[in-house]
Amino acid sequence: MKPAAFTYHDPKTSNEVIELLSQHEDAKILAGGQSLIPMLNMRFVVPDHVIDINGVKDLDSVFDNGESLEIGAMTRQSNLSKSHDVKTKTPIFLEALGNVGHFQTRNRGTLGGSLCHLDPAAEIPCLMAAYDAVMIAQGSNGLREIPFSEWPLAYMMPSLEPDELLIKVRVPYWRSHHGYSFVEFARRHGDFAIIAVAVLIEMDGKTISRASISVGGADIRPIRLFEAEEGLIGENLDVRVFKSAAEIARKVDAMSDAYVTSSYRQRLAATLVERALVQAAERVSRGENNA
Amino acid sequence: MPDYRNIKVVVNGVEHELDVETRTSLGDFLRQEIELTGTHLGCEHGVCGACTVLLDGEAVRSCLMLAVQANGHEITTVEGLAEEDGSLHPLQEAFWKHHGLQCGFCTPGMLTSLTAYLGENPEPNERDIREAISGNICRCTGYQSIVDAALDAAKKMRGE
Repeated sequence: MKPAAFTYHDPKTSNEVIELLSQHEDAKILAGGQSLIPMLNMRFVVPDHVIDINGVKDLDSVFDNGESLEIGAMTRQSNLSKSHDVKTKTPIFLEALGNVGHFQTRNRGTLGGSLCHLDPAAEIPCLMAAYDAVMIAQGSNGLREIPFSEWPLAYMMPSLEPDELLIKVRVPYWRSHHGYSFVEFARRHGDFAIIAVAVLIEMDGKTISRASISVGGADIRPIRLFEAEEGLIGENLDVRVFKSAAEIARKVDAMSDAYVTSSYRQRLAATLVERALVQAAERVSRGENNA
Repeated sequence: MPDYRNIKVVVNGVEHELDVETRTSLGDFLRQEIELTGTHLGCEHGVCGACTVLLDGEAVRSCLMLAVQANGHEITTVEGLAEEDGSLHPLQEAFWKHHGLQCGFCTPGMLTSLTAYLGENPEPNERDIREAISGNICRCTGYQSIVDAALDAAKKMRGE
């Protein structure tokens, strides 16, 4: 018996979840369990109540509203990879999700679970930062929308009130035939990234008209490289331009831990930003030829 | 106060109905409550892959699920891979032939993971297999014999 004793709840609707959250002070939401259960097993967390939301209806849909993808928080990572809308509208998801743990953990792990656990090196938060995705939470006072830039409050702490539940994420589309790339470096396939980079670009003729660069694993939250993004606007798809973006990535604030120094993370960020930009450029060039 | 729930689970085709303490993991439930000790628990935090079982046909970590969450579902463990007459699953046969195991601790997880993987990807190359088992740690074989076995089994299962 690994976890300390808790009272188990398995509500069927999000309203019941909110009610349980307001009634119980020390409660944890159990989504896919791929991060919470290890923490329970090791007794890093010892909650009095565990609220299992796997039986809650209508939290696992993927819906194309024409302008953005609305993804239920309980959508399993493996189902996200299989979604036709994800493949055609947000293809960078497939590349990023292939790096999220292993296929066995992706069968249980959820989109919302990763976003609420908010590991600094996790791929999904890095992706949401690149897209400026909107987190939609339900609480006692109804729904609240939180832009991803305001979602991480502190180390592994999302901007959720004690009685709020993340129910949905809205990911705004980029123009069709946009360029994209998700690259990361980890010591072993499936490990958390030491550095992960997500890049999106749109073209206006031969010049870049819109760009997003997000770096995960460097700091406690994904970092958007706004200065580098602005530097790309109006430029051609040129390696020299990508190299100057990479130099900005080299100055990113980076953490140091027992295995990896901050200067190593900065070097990796520079290398991976350049690599991702080159790949995104190749893809956007091919896309234009197809159009 | 221990918190108990009554659950019904079908394991390797056999239905079990019993009361479980809600904090019991699916892995502990399989080993201790219904005494199927083929499923091995290694790290118990989702890293080693030894405890992998099939939940409605999909590979999952049995250490990262509560038994109560398996209520109403079907589980296949390593004991459920061979035929009823004892003839081995093509993967088991190939592991035997290629010496895909030494101490055998990781083997149940390797077999269940690869069963699910080959079901969805019947024509893998060596790189695919290495990625598929990247979440299953083996400290004996160096993986080469496991990869050989998986590729051979995939071939047999395709009828080649």
